[in-house]
Amino acid sequence: MASNGEPILQVRDLVKHFPLNQGIVVKRQIGAIKAVDGVSFDLHRGETLGIVGESGCGKSTLAKLLMALETPTSGSVRVAGNDLAHAKGAELKRIRRNIQMVMQDPYTSLNPRMTVGDIVGEPFEIHSEVAPKGDRRKKVQDLLEVVGLNPDHINRYPHQFSGGQRQRIGIARGLALQPEIIVCDEPVSALDVSIQAQVINLLERLQNEFDLAYIFIAHDLSVVRHISDRVAVMYLGKIVEIGKDTQIYDRPTHPYTQALLSAVPVPDPEGRENRERIILQGDPPSPANPPSGCRFRTRCWKAQEICAEEEPLLQIRPGADHPSACHFAEVHDVVHAS
Amino acid sequence: MTNPAPAVDTHLLPADSGPPGTEPLLAVDNLHVEFKTRQGLVRAVNGVSYALNAGETLAVLGESGSGKSVTAQAIMGILDMPPARIPKGEIRFRGTDLLKLSESARTQIRGQQIAMVFQDALSALNPVFTVGWQIAEMFRVHRGLRKKAAYAKAIELMDRVRIPAARQRVNDYPHQFSGGMRQRIMIAMSIALDPDVLIADEPTTALDVTVQAQIMELLAELQRESNMAMILITHDLGVVADVADKIAVMYGGRIVENAPVHDVYKNPAHPYTKGLLESIPRVDQKGQELYAIKGLPPNLLDMPSGCAFHPRCPFRQDDCVTDVPPLHAISGTRSSACHYWREVLDGVER
Repeated sequence: MASNGEPILQVRDLVKHFPLNQGIVVKRQIGAIKAVDGVSFDLHRGETLGIVGESGCGKSTLAKLLMALETPTSGSVRVAGNDLAHAKGAELKRIRRNIQMVMQDPYTSLNPRMTVGDIVGEPFEIHSEVAPKGDRRKKVQDLLEVVGLNPDHINRYPHQFSGGQRQRIGIARGLALQPEIIVCDEPVSALDVSIQAQVINLLERLQNEFDLAYIFIAHDLSVVRHISDRVAVMYLGKIVEIGKDTQIYDRPTHPYTQALLSAVPVPDPEGRENRERIILQGDPPSPANPPSGCRFRTRCWKAQEICAEEEPLLQIRPGADHPSACHFAEVHDVVHAS
Repeated sequence: MTNPAPAVDTHLLPADSGPPGTEPLLAVDNLHVEFKTRQGLVRAVNGVSYALNAGETLAVLGESGSGKSVTAQAIMGILDMPPARIPKGEIRFRGTDLLKLSESARTQIRGQQIAMVFQDALSALNPVFTVGWQIAEMFRVHRGLRKKAAYAKAIELMDRVRIPAARQRVNDYPHQFSGGMRQRIMIAMSIALDPDVLIADEPTTALDVTVQAQIMELLAELQRESNMAMILITHDLGVVADVADKIAVMYGGRIVENAPVHDVYKNPAHPYTKGLLESIPRVDQKGQELYAIKGLPPNLLDMPSGCAFHPRCPFRQDDCVTDVPPLHAISGTRSSACHYWREVLDGVER
């Protein structure tokens, strides 16, 4: 599905540092949380880029940067050629129309005092050129139908819906302005297993129908593999490996990717005794004070002196077919090994 | 058969594969739990039976509202009664029915012989006491140790669950630890008195996969060391496949399938289990469109008639709407609460 031509979203050297301040009257900056620290990628029309990583790796901050909910410290986000990070006023509003978000928690991301019609129709209040006033109710009903909800339920309140249905409401709201890009931040992790599949199938159907591009952020690597065309693995604010789904899942080269994949439980008890398990020791270091050189070296079993001295760049390494930020990158299939 | 099917005869069935004639370590038998709420009576657990032998791991699998946690809380004796009520059933631990014991006798068992690890360690730990104090409390209260001796024991336990620099961290508060470390502290507290049964209620749900792997390995190791039996309550089919010996699948307050782990994954005998297994994406293969179980989990206030799964079931026949299916024994070790388990096993949908 990855198409050629101009990418719809170009992220270059994106950095977001949150200042750490000390003092009450006179505030001094004593450091910074390096939440996102130099991230670059492209996204093409109709493509899904999965972003995986543990909590604290910066994936949700990245989502906020893409939505222009945070201002980047440096770097650029180009949506269809327009720089989102430096746009202001009417221009920013116009760019934002093209990139929408589906939130993680369908319980807190919908206003309990608004009806479904108001929630899904609210984007039209801001971008009134998309739907003239008299036309809006019809549009909202169409949207509800598209996401598999009953259009007659337009006057109901969020509490009258189940978790899966609420997530559909959130998706309908994301679709309202006919964006080309949707950022999904953990869209199924709050749902029951039997409902997850319904929502994933819906997202895939909508992608085919409207030629949407997704940024799909999740910690569940199985879900990400299912839905993504390409996958980026993040660790402490940096992408450590990026490639097509088969490249990441079947031929991972970065030790962190390998450890992450080997930790995912496979829903099949056959051969579980022989499955390879790389158990990482400890927790990720604090993004306020990341290790020198390679950020993964403190937990890496391959670490050598060079890893502390020289930061490995995200580039294609010998013997591999996709970029990896490791001095000792080496293909090692951990998922299928037995 | 006409409806209503009264008290399903689940308790007549061998819920377990233990050596015949011997009493299992822990046996839940035809347990019912209901809650009085303003909206009406909620029957959260409707005749659940399972059994557990020493050293075994039983996974109780189910979605939210399936009754898996309530069953565990009944075993622990930590249900608030009222609003909860246990109208019938037995929970036998080493042959004694816990439900008939006095509160003080249950306190003796709770924590010492049956212990529990909760899902959310941050809310399960007391934020205003140090973790060392909270772990040491087990020894002070149950073993009557003096403060100093109890502290020494707490440090020992923190070492055992592999918390780095335990001696320095014993006086830290829960918020100073990461999620994985907090879960280790919970585990340290639960294994403090060498229980025979450990109930782990979604112990890794809030954690990252790499941390989940650490915690699951720790639990497996502790279990090997002390031949502890474990009830693992989860909704994660991957975790179950990794560690369980046998599985009880719950839906709408009932057990719908009871079987050794390999059988379930190879060939499920209940349409719900089958649907679940087909609906999850897998990390080791790129699937086609996912199978989605249609519809929603049942509302406990308004349970469907007959089989609770019938509105979502592709195998449904007329009698599923009227008759509650009993737990049919498929073999000595397997059972399924489906009228059409033979068709499910053969995979012939209607």
